[in-house]
Amino acid sequence: MTGIHARFDLGYPGFDLHVDLRLPARGITALFGPSGSGKTTLLRCIAGLEQAPDGMLRVDGVTWQEGSSFLPAYRRSLGYVFQEASLFPHLSVRHNLEYGLKRIRASERKVRLDQVVALLGLGRLIDRQDPSSLSGGERQRIAIGRALLTSPRLLLMDEPLSALDAASKQEILPYLEALHGELDIPVIYVSHSLGEVARLADHVVLLEQGRVVASGALYETLSRLDLPTAHLDDAGAVIEAAVAAQDDAYHLTRLDYSGGSLWVSKVERAIGQRVRARILARDVSIATVPPQGSSIANILAARIAEIRDESPDRVNLRLHVGGEFALMSRITRRSRDQLGLVVGMEVFAQVKSVALIA
Amino acid sequence: MESAFSSAGLSTIWLTFKLAAVVTLILLLVGTPIAWWLARSRSWWKGPVGAVVALPIVLPPTVIGFYLLVAMGPDGPLGHFTQSLGIGPLPFTFAGLVIASVFYSLPFVVQPLQNAFEMVPDRVLETAATLRASALDTFFSVALPLAKPGFLTASVLGFAHTVGEFGVVLMIGGNIPGETRVVSVQIYDHVEAMEYAAAHWLSAGMVVFAFVVLLALYTLNPTGRRK
Repeated sequence: MTGIHARFDLGYPGFDLHVDLRLPARGITALFGPSGSGKTTLLRCIAGLEQAPDGMLRVDGVTWQEGSSFLPAYRRSLGYVFQEASLFPHLSVRHNLEYGLKRIRASERKVRLDQVVALLGLGRLIDRQDPSSLSGGERQRIAIGRALLTSPRLLLMDEPLSALDAASKQEILPYLEALHGELDIPVIYVSHSLGEVARLADHVVLLEQGRVVASGALYETLSRLDLPTAHLDDAGAVIEAAVAAQDDAYHLTRLDYSGGSLWVSKVERAIGQRVRARILARDVSIATVPPQGSSIANILAARIAEIRDESPDRVNLRLHVGGEFALMSRITRRSRDQLGLVVGMEVFAQVKSVALIA
Repeated sequence: MESAFSSAGLSTIWLTFKLAAVVTLILLLVGTPIAWWLARSRSWWKGPVGAVVALPIVLPPTVIGFYLLVAMGPDGPLGHFTQSLGIGPLPFTFAGLVIASVFYSLPFVVQPLQNAFEMVPDRVLETAATLRASALDTFFSVALPLAKPGFLTASVLGFAHTVGEFGVVLMIGGNIPGETRVVSVQIYDHVEAMEYAAAHWLSAGMVVFAFVVLLALYTLNPTGRRK
């Protein structure tokens, strides 16, 4: 049986965790929720750093915890990346990288040192003696490499970017994406940044006060109006598309998704390359007739699938725009009533801005 | 007048250093697990055990010496044990002095080690666990190297404190030349015999020794300027 099945019940004063989760054993699964929602505790339970009595955890058919049997963390085939890099200060960069590698059997070494060095751009760092002389982003890359070198069956990442400044974040994100593409290691990624989740995750688990509120594919989950994510200021849908055409004259790129196309500012990518586009709910407005003389480049024919109150003055709309994707739109309640918007209506979604996130 | 550096004087100095070296070695072996446990345990026993380890700091050495003498004597539990092994009672032997000194200097080794182990962040130990290192492996590959300054402090303090003891030695070891007569007792003897010159030589030697040891400790130990 493939996949991850986790069931934990844990009670502390003022906090408890009750989850029963099945997660795919491939791609990146994001654990998303506000602080105090139990994301990190859940991750630590999965790692075996925290022991939930009577918990149950199976990873790809291997039992890590069940009943009274509890595999200690060091005997679990996992990698763990903490918020801070936690490099061993008394070891050189190379010895940090090799720490876990040396502790697994040679037959289990599927991830090679040179592979990790290339993947994470560690070539100029590996011969450095003192890890404390490196930048935060460099240290975190080494920590990620060190975890990968144990060839784990599962990689756990606890907000690996949250301790970094914006520049270091931007420096690391491409590496995380590369990891996603090149190594077939499932990742569970804790984050409280919706932007990060939208960019990296394939599967999303929403946690709130120690309970799972939702668990599903990224594209589906982020466009749901009944979840707490819909109320965030940066709520919005993600669409997967491919680069379809370049307009050099106007410096624009056309992206095709399964139900239509979008124009965005020119991106230097090859035709056919897969990209993710994030469209925030507040950037999507509605027209009931085809807009004439509008400067907005992306106007998509859409059907209203759902309307939900967001605040006293605003409502959220879920819009089918062809294919398997949906957009989210946030408009005023007055506009909804003036336009007479109801579920099932055919409308036009005017997309003010599209962010290419991956 | 007997010089401090007569053969008897030299054998006293040699015995003192031999005692301190043996005791320090034993204390590092015994004190390390105790210090580790005190630093990491959340057990209820932590308080009582810590207090017992610290007792020699506050108790008069004669009190410790007295109870150890009773325990090691022919009718004491330790005495029974050593006699059943055919070693005989330990008081007035070098071995007896070693055991007594181990108790007496224990806090001076355990406490710096405990402080050093407490400075090792949990996160680093957890990181090692997620990199396939067992608890023992983690201890030797991560905790021990990170606690190195603590080991330096503990060794120096344990050694120096053993060199400087007097009361316990007198209670347990007496004053047998070449067997249990250490420098501090020798100084006492010199003074008793009004041999002030010899007492000066040894005393000044001890002052210089203590100063050099502490100077080395404060200059070598990087814990003094933590980042």
